[in-house]
Amino acid sequence: MAVYKRTYKTYDSVLTPAWSRFLTLPRASYGRLMQSKFLVIFLMASFFFPLGCTAFIYLSHNLSFLQSLNIPAGQFLQINANFFRFFCSFQSAMAVLMTVVVGPGLVAPDLANNALALYFSRPFGRTEYVAGKMSLLMFLLSLITWVPGLILFGIQCSLAGRQWAGENLWIAGAILIGLVVWDIFLSLIALALSAWVKWRIAAGGLILGVFFAGAGFGAAFNAIVRTQYGAVVDLRQVISILFFKLFRDDATVTALTAGQAWTVLGVAGGICLWMLSRKVRAFEVIK
Amino acid sequence: MEPVLELDGLGVRFGKRDILKDLRIALSGRSIGLLGPNGAGKSTLIQTLVGFCKPSSGTARVLGHDIRREMAAIRALIGYMPENDSFVANMTAVSFVRMMAEISGLPHDAALERAHEALFYVGLGEARYRQLGTYSLGMKQLAKLAQAIAHGPRLVILDEPTNGLDPPARTRMIRLIQEMRDTGEMRLLICSHLLRDIEETCEEVLILKGGRIVHTSNLAEEHRSNKRFVELEAYGPHAGFAEELIAAGCLCEYSGLGRFRAELPEGFDVQAIFRLAAQRDLQLRRLNYRRDTLEEIFLKAMES
Repeated sequence: MAVYKRTYKTYDSVLTPAWSRFLTLPRASYGRLMQSKFLVIFLMASFFFPLGCTAFIYLSHNLSFLQSLNIPAGQFLQINANFFRFFCSFQSAMAVLMTVVVGPGLVAPDLANNALALYFSRPFGRTEYVAGKMSLLMFLLSLITWVPGLILFGIQCSLAGRQWAGENLWIAGAILIGLVVWDIFLSLIALALSAWVKWRIAAGGLILGVFFAGAGFGAAFNAIVRTQYGAVVDLRQVISILFFKLFRDDATVTALTAGQAWTVLGVAGGICLWMLSRKVRAFEVIK
Repeated sequence: MEPVLELDGLGVRFGKRDILKDLRIALSGRSIGLLGPNGAGKSTLIQTLVGFCKPSSGTARVLGHDIRREMAAIRALIGYMPENDSFVANMTAVSFVRMMAEISGLPHDAALERAHEALFYVGLGEARYRQLGTYSLGMKQLAKLAQAIAHGPRLVILDEPTNGLDPPARTRMIRLIQEMRDTGEMRLLICSHLLRDIEETCEEVLILKGGRIVHTSNLAEEHRSNKRFVELEAYGPHAGFAEELIAAGCLCEYSGLGRFRAELPEGFDVQAIFRLAAQRDLQLRRLNYRRDTLEEIFLKAMES
């Protein structure tokens, strides 16, 4: 056992670069997060669909294997933009559930225990704090969204050949842009709601509510007013519309244009940032 | 000695209410006490110095750095122990202090080593692997102190460090603060409304009332100067007695009901007071040696 002399001395040695200090927060939180068995099981479950897709891509390129199983190759879906769009839609739903599990524990405990004063009395600002907390969720969401998406695309390219890869490189861009934007958006919503609702369970319920109640409210609004614009409060529909547009599916009629969908995400993201700026402070002035 | 704190017309306003008004002073003691009744602006002054509140007028310098322009530099030099419970409940003390040291810029290994050292220093060595949420109030105060000193700051700001502590825990905390002061490695700025805490730990005192400075006192100098104060209680014709004492070389003031307070010069013989009283047939019913306590200084400042 180490023996520590009971004395005080100042620290005069080397310091880490200021830009890298925000990484302390995800590093400190990651270990605690992984102590949750539920989260680990959920994280593993999130890889089932990508693994299934990998198997599907492999099988679709191994006709001899299919024939040996007496399965006609024509029954298989084509590996194309629609296949990847469906993958993105499915994993984006998993990302919502991951956000519900992880999100409430990000800011709420610090607010509940007045820890923000300790962070902000150091050379560490609100931007670094939000970036640190956000990077933890972004890391987990990336693990189950665009990272497996790009791996799938890489597998497909390696099996289908250079010509297919050259003609469909834009799909990789669509996967990356669509899912990274969705991950950022989910992280912002989780942080904002976690900052406003200190009770973790309520914050988790609220995150779910934003998506499900929003969808219900949008549908009711459409039915009553007989319009399509209820979709602006249905964030799942908004991201679906973006996926349709990013994957160049112009045949499907959508409630919003791509521009409108981007605007909805931008405005909602802006509201989240405003909510964070109101709550992530060293102390509150009670009026 | 380099000034720790220079207030230069500092004012802070919340909405339409002035919380701090035109504070001007330079303090350079090893440990500075901030005193004042509730609502005097002590915590607001501290929060302004660490950058939580923006000054509405004037400025201040902490260890020579301007709070308006060099807040990052100031924060790199200070350690702050807030008044309220501040921690992350589901972390062990050592992880918590290490994380805070890392945020202050210490590399991973150095932060871990100093977290252990700081927790041993404050007396939580044996409990450092326990979750902070399971700590008693006194232990939480010590953990807050550990995180404030783990990164080796040059100035440690303690906001009500003995808040909510029982007498033994308070004594431990006071002894720890005295030790920190006496190492000479760091300066201390202590905010409290407990006069005894300040008297036991501080060299200089700044008293605030209604957002203004009403008194400053260098307690260490007063202790060192060995001033001899006497309190007299006289019965009889005492008119002009104070003037006679002043003529004899004392600093004297009449405080009513036959009571006098006198500061005796070096080498002054107390018998001279008795002789002066005997000359005018004045009965001296009480003569106490005592200097102004901080309580008296404080009460005078509040009355002013």
